[in-house]
Amino acid sequence: MDPARFCSQSRLVIVAGKGGVGKTTVSAALAMMAAQAGLDTLIVEVEGKTGLGTAFGQGELSYDEVQLADRVRARTITPDQALLEYLDEHGMRRLSKRLTNSGVLDVVATAAPGIKDILVLGKVKQLERAGDADLIVLDAPAAGHAVTFLTSARGLLDAVRVGPVRAQAEDVQELLTDAARTQVLLVTLPEETPVNEAAETAARLRERVGVHLGPIVVNGLYPPVSGLEAAADLVGRAGVPADDAQPLLDAAAFRRSRHDLQQEQLARLAESLDLPQLRLPYLFSPELGPAQIETLAAALADAVTNVEMAS
Amino acid sequence: MTLAPLTRTRRVIVCCGSGGVGKTTTAAVLALEGARQGRRAVVVTIDPAKRLADALGLETLSDTPTRIEGDWPGELWALMLDTKSTFDALVLKYAPSAGQADGILRNRFYRNISSALSGTQEYMAMEKLYELHEEGGFELVVVDTPPTRNALDFIDAPRRLTHFLDNRLFRWMMMPTRAYLKAAGVATRTLLRVISRGVGSDVVQDAVAFFQAFEGMEDGFRQRAERVLHLLSDPATAFLLVTTPRADALEESRFFAAKLEEAGIPVEALVVNRMHPRFAPAGADQLRSRAADQADTDLAGLYENLADFTLLAEVEEAHVTELSARVHPAPLVRVPFLPSDVHDLEGLSELGKYLFDGDGEPAPVGTA
Repeated sequence: MDPARFCSQSRLVIVAGKGGVGKTTVSAALAMMAAQAGLDTLIVEVEGKTGLGTAFGQGELSYDEVQLADRVRARTITPDQALLEYLDEHGMRRLSKRLTNSGVLDVVATAAPGIKDILVLGKVKQLERAGDADLIVLDAPAAGHAVTFLTSARGLLDAVRVGPVRAQAEDVQELLTDAARTQVLLVTLPEETPVNEAAETAARLRERVGVHLGPIVVNGLYPPVSGLEAAADLVGRAGVPADDAQPLLDAAAFRRSRHDLQQEQLARLAESLDLPQLRLPYLFSPELGPAQIETLAAALADAVTNVEMAS
Repeated sequence: MTLAPLTRTRRVIVCCGSGGVGKTTTAAVLALEGARQGRRAVVVTIDPAKRLADALGLETLSDTPTRIEGDWPGELWALMLDTKSTFDALVLKYAPSAGQADGILRNRFYRNISSALSGTQEYMAMEKLYELHEEGGFELVVVDTPPTRNALDFIDAPRRLTHFLDNRLFRWMMMPTRAYLKAAGVATRTLLRVISRGVGSDVVQDAVAFFQAFEGMEDGFRQRAERVLHLLSDPATAFLLVTTPRADALEESRFFAAKLEEAGIPVEALVVNRMHPRFAPAGADQLRSRAADQADTDLAGLYENLADFTLLAEVEEAHVTELSARVHPAPLVRVPFLPSDVHDLEGLSELGKYLFDGDGEPAPVGTA
């Protein structure tokens, strides 16, 4: 599929996965790919300290949008800020301080679980409706929170029977379950635990949220190396300095074994999860900066172009 | 370096670090070592992914300790934290009557607390640790912490929760007569009206009923929380930082280290999992230029590969050295990238070699 078309399938793409799988990096690569395909893209972070801003040399992100690259903007949305803004817009500015400072929001959030998530998702919905970005990439919360985060609307519909919060939850649920507006990109690594967790998360998201799952992004695959299979021959034959021979062989053996393990995990993933896989290369580079994001965006575009989409 | 003195002398070990760095497995290895040293050891996990049960070769774990049999002189027990039942036990302990306890346990607002109020899981992890330490007869309690963004949630949580239970606004709401409501002031009344309008008055009523039922128990909870905090700052308790050499995990570890330092809590060991091996004494740049020399041959790829892994090892080592200096003089243990996840006691023992036998130095050149 053509990257531009891929990025136009839904205005909201939620990037979800466990901590440490490279969710933020994938969000950035996706946004970059969309931008290069001509779409104005907004990345939304729901947690601080994701390092996304710093990767683009901008410092940490804030509630106010910043321009990260050509056609790529980014901002954060936190429950407190979203609530303040909501109250402001509804003529209740005087209340806002009391609500956020007195711990009342914590009490209300406990009385109606998911309300903080709805504040965030409600704001995302508003941005989606406003349409000032062609694509919104939402970097979902890490750890097990992605499922909780996305089921918040459904949970609230059970708990809250009247009022604006219910209306908000209905709107959010409508947004999440409409494949023409929202899809979820799961991110995982070709390793045992992440593969298990990706399959579990996918099942829960389908069952409990009813959200459309796009292809799964598998991050960190060792790119092929020429001569790897014939390492023993090559090193033995040519005039390789004696000091280099063993390290070359060891490094080649390590890469082969890691590669084989990754292939096993890819197969397990394919077996346990019926989603097309978008594979991204492992980057040996120690830093994550604009150049690395460019590389991954290009790799993602390749993967998208070559993948067979079910729908 | 070895962590054997920690498991031999401490009563409580708290493993902290970001998600996915191997905290749970590290905690299990530490408890196993305690059992090997002849102690009665227990490991508590908060990880619902059943990884600890996996590593211990068990089908499941419950919230009461299960004993794991093995040929060690001490005892090894394990359990998985159940936030709600831990909280229930506290309520039962501090409720003045069975009726009051029942009223709380059945309240919908209360039932939401363990799943919806942030910090509750952290608090209950610390509560469980305290309970096992004080009442369980364990000589060594090892706990992993929730993979939280807010590094010190588990230290702040007891205070935050007791503060929450003391909420003043909701005290006003519990006042029975209109006269008190008047005293609550215009601002508070408006606020309550807005909340009721926003989420529905029955939701607010649940909360009010909860705070009513909880009346009089705050002191018990607060005192207990103070004792838990006291145990955490006791010299018998050691905090251990677990990380991987990946940039994001290291970033969070630096943050953790800074926060712990702020709180006056020393990091007593640094465990770095999944370190890449170093294959050659030559530097990455040097190897890269040799790859360029071989550009026309099939060896170029192999040199590039060696240069890539050498670069990785160099960068990881530099970052780990820097982090280690921050938590000086805590011992540093490097655990290499292992071919598979730990699935059984044998795997745990294998891992234990790096924590307890090794000298913690980088893997010698040439061992993959």
